[in-house]
Amino acid sequence: MPDQLLFGTEVFLNGLMAGVLYALVALGFVLIYKASGIFNYAQGVMALFAALTLVGIMDGQVPFSHLINAVLGTDIHHFGWNVPAVLAIILTMGVMVVLAWAVQQFIFRHLVNQEPIILFMATIGLAYFMEGFGDIMWGSDIKKLDVGLPQGGSFWIEENTQWLGFGNENFYGFFLDQLDIVATVIAAILVIVLVLFSQYTKQGRAMRAVADDHQAALSVGISLNFIWVMVWSVAGFVALVAGIMWGAKSGVQFSLSLIALKALPVLMLGGFTSIPGAIVGGLIIGVGEKMFEFIVGPMVGGATENWFAYVLALIFLVFRPQGLFGDKIIERV
Amino acid sequence: MTVQKEEGYVTADGRKIGGTLMEMKNITLRFGGVKAITDISFDIKEGEIRAIIGPNGAGKSSMLNVISGFYVPQEGEVWFRGAKRPPMKPYEVAQQGIARTFQNIALFEGMSVLDNVMTGRLNNMKTNMFQQAIWKGKAEKEEVENREVVEKIIDFLEIQSIRKTPVARLPYGLKKRVELARALAAEPKLLLLDEPMAGMNVEEKEDMSRFILDVNDEFGTTIALIEHDMGVVMDLSDRVVVMDYGKKIGDGPPDEVRNNQDVIDAYLGVAHD
Repeated sequence: MPDQLLFGTEVFLNGLMAGVLYALVALGFVLIYKASGIFNYAQGVMALFAALTLVGIMDGQVPFSHLINAVLGTDIHHFGWNVPAVLAIILTMGVMVVLAWAVQQFIFRHLVNQEPIILFMATIGLAYFMEGFGDIMWGSDIKKLDVGLPQGGSFWIEENTQWLGFGNENFYGFFLDQLDIVATVIAAILVIVLVLFSQYTKQGRAMRAVADDHQAALSVGISLNFIWVMVWSVAGFVALVAGIMWGAKSGVQFSLSLIALKALPVLMLGGFTSIPGAIVGGLIIGVGEKMFEFIVGPMVGGATENWFAYVLALIFLVFRPQGLFGDKIIERV
Repeated sequence: MTVQKEEGYVTADGRKIGGTLMEMKNITLRFGGVKAITDISFDIKEGEIRAIIGPNGAGKSSMLNVISGFYVPQEGEVWFRGAKRPPMKPYEVAQQGIARTFQNIALFEGMSVLDNVMTGRLNNMKTNMFQQAIWKGKAEKEEVENREVVEKIIDFLEIQSIRKTPVARLPYGLKKRVELARALAAEPKLLLLDEPMAGMNVEEKEDMSRFILDVNDEFGTTIALIEHDMGVVMDLSDRVVVMDYGKKIGDGPPDEVRNNQDVIDAYLGVAHD
């Protein structure tokens, strides 16, 4: 097989896996948007905050240590212990549930029935607050996140795909990062669990009910507050998973919150209200930007990955504003 | 224990009506400077069909919203099952056993008929999130039990053939019936119907009337309903409250109310000379 085709296939596969990570972030947006009509700008910061908290707990960091030291004149930074990854993930999840509760209790409970733009502004405020809060709590250094996920290329895949070259001497098998493969598998499991949860459990049914009609949900005895805390918790969990994947890949740093911006074109493609849309949208963006860079990139001098997703989203906004799977926008006059 | 404040009565067709289930005492509801309800008192007795009627804008729907907790009155007391009710959220009222339907149908459009009716039973399901997550055992057993109740109600209201259909695809009359099914699924102590026959043709109205009577007869459900159509109300209800401009102008059995001069004036208008 020719080099170009083989290399193209590899780019395609890597694009798919990058897309899974985009989809993961977009999923968090969709969950909250569906249930409460809030476009949560803070979703990216939630991923950052979750990753920071996870690293902090694992390394036994003292939260607010700078603040404590400044006020009390002490010099403490670490408890001097390390927490195993699994326990730390469970503890972090606990923190995310408390965060979900606090967000509902102190912000959105007071903004019921407000305009969408006001809710959106509130999430921008929340994003900046959480970024600063994460900074004060855990410090602003770039941290290494190692929860024991495999890193580097998979030799197994390389060895077992070498025959696809059919004697091509330049081909040594596909190079796929193990972390990307793990991320794909975890994301797939997460999506399946979410779908099962919302389709077959009592709380899932209540969640769908709230997403559909607030008034009707109240009339059958569903507490909107409870469901919203639950949805924010689930979004927090999705953020944690996304934070772990991105953090393991490129370290936990504050630029992590910018992945929210990558999720935007994914949502425009997939539709803001569709879980399958978030996944398909993520995959299209992931594959699209990698393939575009591969095919068109050399002609225009490269660096197309930075803008491709947004241009694609713009095209969608013009021709299909509700996205691939979103609810059709019908304005009655 | 339910404190029964007054004795019940026996209806014209021989049904025994129990003691007071709900009592509204001197309810006044204001929206800013506008009085929607002015000092209204009435009671609903166990097992009866109680109608609230009146011309457009009389405050009937507001009254129903007060009962179901969507509006909180500025003055007055709501008594339910012998106890004064503190100000409550609508979902808490629902959990107390008061189910309702809406004038403009509030169903979960994206969900199937079966799922819609199942939401009516959320309060009857006691397992927590962890048991639900494990699913096998308690949660599954509970789902099956509740499903049986729901299937009975679906049979009862003759909507078996559309069980799996998404609600959004149903015609108006059937949607109204699904909404009734969802309210019934909660096995409510009090069922509130906000204009159950609005926008229906004669045939659909007859069907709905039959279902309301059957529900009351079969399950002994206490029903309070709002209706525009005088004829329908007079046939259905045991006792009628008549409202006009937020005030109560009549209360009693249909025959008595029909001959009340104030009621006739409110409906037909008065000559001003």
